[in-house]
Amino acid sequence: MTRLGRWVGEHLVLAAGLVVLAYMFVPIAIVVLMSFNKPPSKALYVFGEPTLANWLHPCEPEGLCSSLVTSLQVGLLATVVATALGTLMAFGLVRHRFRGRPAANVVIFLPMASPEVVMGASLLALFVAVGFGGVLGFWTILVAHIMFCLSFVVVTVRARLQGMDSRLEQAAMDLYATESQAFWKVTFPLVFPGILSAALLAFALSFDDFIITNFNSGQTTTFPMYVWGAAQRDIPMQINVVGTAMFALAVAVVLGGEMLRRRRERVR
Amino acid sequence: MSSSAGAPAVAPELTPGGGSDPSPRSRGINPAWLLLAPGALWLTAFFLVPLVQLVATSLYDPAGSEEAGYAMTWEFANYVDALAFYAEPFLRGFSYAAIATVLCLLLGYPLAYAIAFKAGRWKNLMLILVIAPFFTSFLVRTLAWKLILADNGFVVGVGEALGLVTDGRLLATGVAVVAGLTYNFLPFMVLPLYVSLEKIDHRLIEAAGDLYASPVQGFRQVTLPLSMPGVVAGTLLTFIPSAGDFINSRLLGDTTTQMIGNVIEARFKVGDYPAAAALSVTLMVVIVAMVAVYIRRAGTEELL
Repeated sequence: MTRLGRWVGEHLVLAAGLVVLAYMFVPIAIVVLMSFNKPPSKALYVFGEPTLANWLHPCEPEGLCSSLVTSLQVGLLATVVATALGTLMAFGLVRHRFRGRPAANVVIFLPMASPEVVMGASLLALFVAVGFGGVLGFWTILVAHIMFCLSFVVVTVRARLQGMDSRLEQAAMDLYATESQAFWKVTFPLVFPGILSAALLAFALSFDDFIITNFNSGQTTTFPMYVWGAAQRDIPMQINVVGTAMFALAVAVVLGGEMLRRRRERVR
Repeated sequence: MSSSAGAPAVAPELTPGGGSDPSPRSRGINPAWLLLAPGALWLTAFFLVPLVQLVATSLYDPAGSEEAGYAMTWEFANYVDALAFYAEPFLRGFSYAAIATVLCLLLGYPLAYAIAFKAGRWKNLMLILVIAPFFTSFLVRTLAWKLILADNGFVVGVGEALGLVTDGRLLATGVAVVAGLTYNFLPFMVLPLYVSLEKIDHRLIEAAGDLYASPVQGFRQVTLPLSMPGVVAGTLLTFIPSAGDFINSRLLGDTTTQMIGNVIEARFKVGDYPAAAALSVTLMVVIVAMVAVYIRRAGTEELL
């Protein structure tokens, strides 16, 4: 019985895990498939016949590529600002004791515990109240994205910092490194992977956000908003091209980083 | 940015707990404040202040409009009206979110367990695969589900053959909305579960086996209790966004599957700010209260 139980434990759980993982990729497969689709008619979102046209003319549907550019701009700017502010905050929280630290932790936790619809709605309420109702657009989207990315950056970098041995810096200074040498040669390189994954996370969150953007965008259209608008009419297959390309790019970046890391470990 | 230049100057004062003794260089200002100030100001200005404004908006005179402006009349009746009128989507939103969260836990636990304990050198690859779907836009993936669950599709066909689907369709039903929620938020369940499972000392589980616990007993009395922090974090990260979501209901459901998020969005879009704000505040308060109770209960269970 126990041997049977152990065998089940060894293999069944792994099999179940792989099934769940496969389930997560079912819609991705559909997205990839549909990126090569020529639908029988514009109004029908079903597979007609295979074609390369969507990949060759990704910008054909009006507004798609400009929305993509907007999303990339917002994503990059929001990532840079949120990563900078969030990294500083993480250092402040981990490396210093001060009054108000519990309160700071709560303020950082709250945005992650708030439904997006509440955050989007409250920002809109503020913008309308201060008379910004008419200028909603790129900058209000950016402000909102930095806001909701910030907490995730802090949490990610903080986790990395907390796992770090602070004796390494002391050792560096014992060996006559100046304060800034110790920081740039020891601390920063050790924290950098955490900062990098925080930045990736921030970009992914920003690029994919629809709910908060929807409240604060005015006439500006990001890629998710374009898809939303298209979903109410007939859906151009090119959105699947963008979905597939983003997916491939992200997997390539992450796998590349992973391979680099493995090689570096082998060298060591 | 001047603050980034400040980082190396303060970082070296980092002997453990060293920040507490006021160094002469800090000239009375705790360096922590300089590091925290920019981010904290941002969160205050664009998260906390808006929340206050949201509460204020929820008490405005509902007769106002965007053009004419709103008068603050402490209209607590807004809450009564909104809840009386929209009790149904409210309850529906919470029950859909609860079902999706339970499903995520049931699906996510085996996956997280497999990654943490069974994946071996494929661990990192599997983790990457869990996050990978994120990069195909949320909306594009949800539209793919629309296709999967379509009336003449494979899933409906199998469901009919098994007698699970009776009227020939899944789309525009609660089932489709819950399926969409479950799918979209599954990674938020798997990642925290993985993190807490991964921390477990294997020797504890082996010790349980040495003491004649069956694998099932070992799991229930050692692994599961030790993974509770992950279960708590995962359920919160799944439940909170699900409860406020309106994308899945809009794309996969119909008017009979409206969740509270749909109502809030619709009220805001037509400029009915007081009602929308009252609903948002209620949603936030209910969620924060549930989170507080849940964390406290889960915390005490851990101590037992």
